Amino acid sequence: MTVVRISDDALALACGADAVAAAFTAAGCTVERVSSWGMHWLEPLVEIDGQGFGPASPADAAAILDGTSTKAIGPVAAHPFLARQYRLTFARAGRTRPLSLDDYAATGGWAGLDRARGMAPEQVVAEVIASGLRGRGGAGFPAGIKWQTVAGAPGTRKYVVCNADEGDSGTFADRMVMEGDPFQLLEGMAIAAHAVGAGQGYIYVRSEYPHAIAKLRAAIDLAAPMLAPFAIEVRVGAGAYVCGEETSLLNSLEGKRGEVRAKPPLPALQGLFGRPTVVNNVLTLTAVAHILAPGGAEAYAALGMGRSKGSMPVQLAGNIRHGGLFEVPFGITLGELVHEIGGGTASGRPVKAVQVGGPLGAYIPPSQFDLPFDYEAFAAADALIGHAGVVVFDDSADMGRMARFAMEFCAAESCGKCTPCRLGSTRGVELLDRIRAGTPLADPVAALPQMHNAPKVPRSREADLALLEDLCETMQFGSLCALGGFTPYPVRSALRHWPDDFLP
Amino acid sequence: MPDLDQIIAAHANREGPLLPILHDVQHAFGCVSPEAERAIALALNLSRAEVHGVVSFYHDFTATPDPRPCVQLCRAEACQSRGVEALVPAAQAAAGDRVRLATVYCLGLCSAGPAARVGDRVHARLDEAALVQLVEAAR
Repeated sequence: MTVVRISDDALALACGADAVAAAFTAAGCTVERVSSWGMHWLEPLVEIDGQGFGPASPADAAAILDGTSTKAIGPVAAHPFLARQYRLTFARAGRTRPLSLDDYAATGGWAGLDRARGMAPEQVVAEVIASGLRGRGGAGFPAGIKWQTVAGAPGTRKYVVCNADEGDSGTFADRMVMEGDPFQLLEGMAIAAHAVGAGQGYIYVRSEYPHAIAKLRAAIDLAAPMLAPFAIEVRVGAGAYVCGEETSLLNSLEGKRGEVRAKPPLPALQGLFGRPTVVNNVLTLTAVAHILAPGGAEAYAALGMGRSKGSMPVQLAGNIRHGGLFEVPFGITLGELVHEIGGGTASGRPVKAVQVGGPLGAYIPPSQFDLPFDYEAFAAADALIGHAGVVVFDDSADMGRMARFAMEFCAAESCGKCTPCRLGSTRGVELLDRIRAGTPLADPVAALPQMHNAPKVPRSREADLALLEDLCETMQFGSLCALGGFTPYPVRSALRHWPDDFLP
Repeated sequence: MPDLDQIIAAHANREGPLLPILHDVQHAFGCVSPEAERAIALALNLSRAEVHGVVSFYHDFTATPDPRPCVQLCRAEACQSRGVEALVPAAQAAAGDRVRLATVYCLGLCSAGPAARVGDRVHARLDEAALVQLVEAAR
């Protein structure tokens, strides 16, 4: 009986993996549904005895089985896209069945938790600090320091909250972990719970990820005996992007409007229901599982550059030929990622810009492609790594329109708590419309009779640009959270590098 | 189909039960009506204003039901870079008044856009013909 391995990751399903699987079942094969290797341009990828075929359609089944398929890519694990990676968090990707406890245990699963539970909690925290692991959600705060704060906070009821509200466009690593290796996330959460003394954990998943929600719930049922006495529950978001911000996420978990809270108090001291709470991203908690495995912390700290230690699951997305998941140590340059690994644009046209870090990330021109993946190097270049999503645009992109979209997105998703974000984003859309229209339009508000001091003549383009700069500064430094605070990044970077796109 | 009291009772012993209740109510009745808000507020010892504030905050909850089938089309940056905006007019024409064509910001299929979701089924690598077919087939 031929065993055929096909992914049941949402991206593979969206590309028709179920129909391909059905075709192989009908041909008398045993189909195993595994996690995705992360080579998305090859999905649905069919694997038989280590040999890969993709992207496969149901009609390809016969040719694949009789060895005449033109879609053969050779041995999957030796594919150049995979051979260049250093996979830790995604070590099981493509190799195991997501909900198989046997597969998980056979590939080193639970080693981290078993070892951590044999250690004193403060030793576990010390190892996480020594590994150099920084929060993968975007801010890059040292995870061990956060845990230390929670562990030292007074109180007997503490929580571990996993932020799985992966709303940034261009990111899918959290989704791939939840759908492909859910036990590793649960293991990481249980280690965090042991380290800080928490009894209850929550995973807050966005409602746009129905497959991840189903997999996690099934995985929690299966793994409950291993996790006990720690308990985990999945909570589903309700379509609010801002709930990816940790304090807004906590409010949402409590059943409130997802409005941002002012900090301090830090969630580590007064988080969920006012109790000390660890809030970490999916990738952070997942990394903990392999960091706590024997020798894991030293191996992790040995990778990377500067203060950015370990590996980063980079997500190659947008208009890119070879999109997918690429986990490497920090330090790789943008140019290597986009051109050498990603193979340039899918459309075949020249690259115009890449946006790193989601809707709040800066647009970076090819002239800065020597920028290494490193939190500090990106910050120095007025950009951010965020969740390491890389979205590629070809030369047909209108960066003026993308800048407007950044403001429009912020206006649609603002929680409304602070003025710079709530009002600034809408004023930003209007300003960009005026700038891009070229004809100086009279400001209807300035024309009102009660606006005594407002000029009654339309503003010049230069005055509008100065006003936009002023607005961006107000949003950046005056907003409560990253939504309003980072929206100026894409706007300013687009204006700086492609001023011609803002001409009428 | 569970009634409102059953939904509330099923979540009553959770910490922070409001969102799970609202999800189930929205799923069962297609909306969270003012009457449902009142009943939930009473059961959770909240004011109606507090419950309404939460319902109106989140995109997933609606005050009135929309019986039309819904196609969620991702129009975030990654799908824009792969040309989703050019597909929108044809999709809207195909949708007409029969299908609700909703915008969603990211389905996590960013390397294979344009992407759309109908119910719990996701679709990627859409071109105009595939998207129009998806909209026309939506039930």
